[in-house]
Amino acid sequence: MELVCPAGNLPSLKAAVDNGACAVYMGFRDDTNARHFAGLNFDDRRAEEGIRYAHDRGVKVFVAINTFAQSSGWSRWQDSVDHAADLDVDALILADIGVMDYACNRWPDVRLHLSVQGSATSSEAIYFYHDNFGIRRVVLPRVLSLKQVKQVAETSPVPIEVFGFGSLCVMVEGRCILSSYVTGRSPNTFGACSPANAVSWSETPEGLETRLNNILIDRYSQDESAGYPTLCKGRFNVSGNTYYAIEEPTSLNTLDLLPQLQSVGVAAIKIEGRQRSPAYVAQVTKVWRAAIDKCMQNPDSFCAKSSWLSVLEKVSEGSQTTLGAYHRPWQ
Amino acid sequence: MNRNKSQSKGFRPRLSLGPILYYWSREDVFSFYEGIARTPVDIVYLGETVCSKRRVVRPDAWLEVADMLHQAGKEVVLSTLTLLEANSELSALQKICSNDQYMVEANDMAAVQMMSGNKRFVTGPAVNIYNSRTLSVLAGSGLKRWTLPVELSKDTLTSLHQSRPEGVETEVFAFGRLPLAYSARCFTARAHNLPKDDCQFRCLDYPDGLLLRTREDESFLVLNGIQTQSAKTHNLVKEIDDFIDLEVDVLRISPQSGSTEQIIDIFHNCLNGKMTGNDAENELQKYMMSGECDGYWHGQAGMDRAASTRADIDNQRGCAS
Repeated sequence: MELVCPAGNLPSLKAAVDNGACAVYMGFRDDTNARHFAGLNFDDRRAEEGIRYAHDRGVKVFVAINTFAQSSGWSRWQDSVDHAADLDVDALILADIGVMDYACNRWPDVRLHLSVQGSATSSEAIYFYHDNFGIRRVVLPRVLSLKQVKQVAETSPVPIEVFGFGSLCVMVEGRCILSSYVTGRSPNTFGACSPANAVSWSETPEGLETRLNNILIDRYSQDESAGYPTLCKGRFNVSGNTYYAIEEPTSLNTLDLLPQLQSVGVAAIKIEGRQRSPAYVAQVTKVWRAAIDKCMQNPDSFCAKSSWLSVLEKVSEGSQTTLGAYHRPWQ
Repeated sequence: MNRNKSQSKGFRPRLSLGPILYYWSREDVFSFYEGIARTPVDIVYLGETVCSKRRVVRPDAWLEVADMLHQAGKEVVLSTLTLLEANSELSALQKICSNDQYMVEANDMAAVQMMSGNKRFVTGPAVNIYNSRTLSVLAGSGLKRWTLPVELSKDTLTSLHQSRPEGVETEVFAFGRLPLAYSARCFTARAHNLPKDDCQFRCLDYPDGLLLRTREDESFLVLNGIQTQSAKTHNLVKEIDDFIDLEVDVLRISPQSGSTEQIIDIFHNCLNGKMTGNDAENELQKYMMSGECDGYWHGQAGMDRAASTRADIDNQRGCAS
């Protein structure tokens, strides 16, 4: 199983490479990738340097161009594809059908992966991208149970990559526009969910309030630690009860499932977190490298070490983790 | 104003009724469509698009409804599931896609793949067509009509229409609570502390979904099983001139538990120049359960309401001159 790690900037890329990633994924500094955050991502010089650093050490580089191009901004997506192909990266991670059509016609030798933003949850959907654009890998949305991942892996025309660790999207990726409903910007159109420019924090007599474009996402009492107002992870009122109506602030962690993921034929494990620090990337990559090595040696006796789990918990959202949709009761 | 434009250009969008997004009893579904058969709506989308556990209306019964509407002169389109997870869902999808009687609305690329090259199809708002190149690829696969993803604006549609493939029709979601997200998790079951596998079909209790409010009591979203919707009703009745200018072929109204027939009548009257956009807007107020929005069409946050602001400005200008 390949370990695919996030590279939001050059120090993170190096941290991933140095700690055992098989591949890193990165994006350019605009709205063509789904982590379009201020200060993040790669300009030309850094991209070249990062790719050289990774390739010199036998690590692959994937470039995410995984938002949806609107006709008025089409040239940015086309330029990003051309640029990545020129840089001789190992794969492009794409979501938009038009962008994929361009990439496979203009650069027939460049390897294409279907992004999680492509929202393919079945082998039928994967066949569409395989038959039309020759994709060679698919990243599955975080909505399938382990049994369903197995079914897709058995029938998919290409190897599958799944998310192993990191921030958890509760909604099927590529088809969630909650963020643009509130702020005008979504992962699809802008490359960011609950974007920072729409966030405000204020101390009130009721507690610390977090808002997104003035919509109250949560309110924290003094003994609670406040989280970033990702809009699906706030507390809301339904039928008179106030609770995390959609999802708690929590991270996905599938370390315990590693042998099962391996046995159902998962080809690669993806770590989320291009927006996180180089220290996060280093710690998480190191743990997953050790775990995958252990699992490959002897899957039957694999047991996630408590020291690994405690490292992962410390860097998790709300310091808690979940198996997410892989585990049926979560649903 | 609408009257002049629709008459002078001779182009008039048709009206469609989207699939019922909620879970209603079998009796309610049948009586709903008996009423719809008598309305002037042109196209009716039928079937379950949100949750495969909603089975009070079986596939054969949907076909009975389809035949009844077809006989009443409606164009019938069979809608399909948006988020596909289990193999059983794919088998059900295959049956619908291979029917030889009715057009099918794909809401996922699996359905597009099943029909590619062998059956012309419609795409719903959850199929991501954001640019001309995507539209062309899907036109090559057999796309007959596409629905603009709801987060896209008039400006985006304008540029997409500059190279719209020959023979491909465009549909715009014009009235209803907006479908915003889909999940593996059922939020209605979660609200009742029930697991999805034992949801006890609680969606039956919420014919217009379950309202979610912020902690300061603002109506914000609607939980509809695994789907999340806007609490506000997206209403583009005042944009009919835009739709005529842009040659939008079909305007979609999304069903709600009450007054859908009246909403269809209002849009119909507006399209036929029997009612102005402002009058239609006023009439529709009483049918919107938790406020109104139209921001997406104007390139803003979806929850915003731009048309009213613009109307206010126009009114002020009118007064000043």
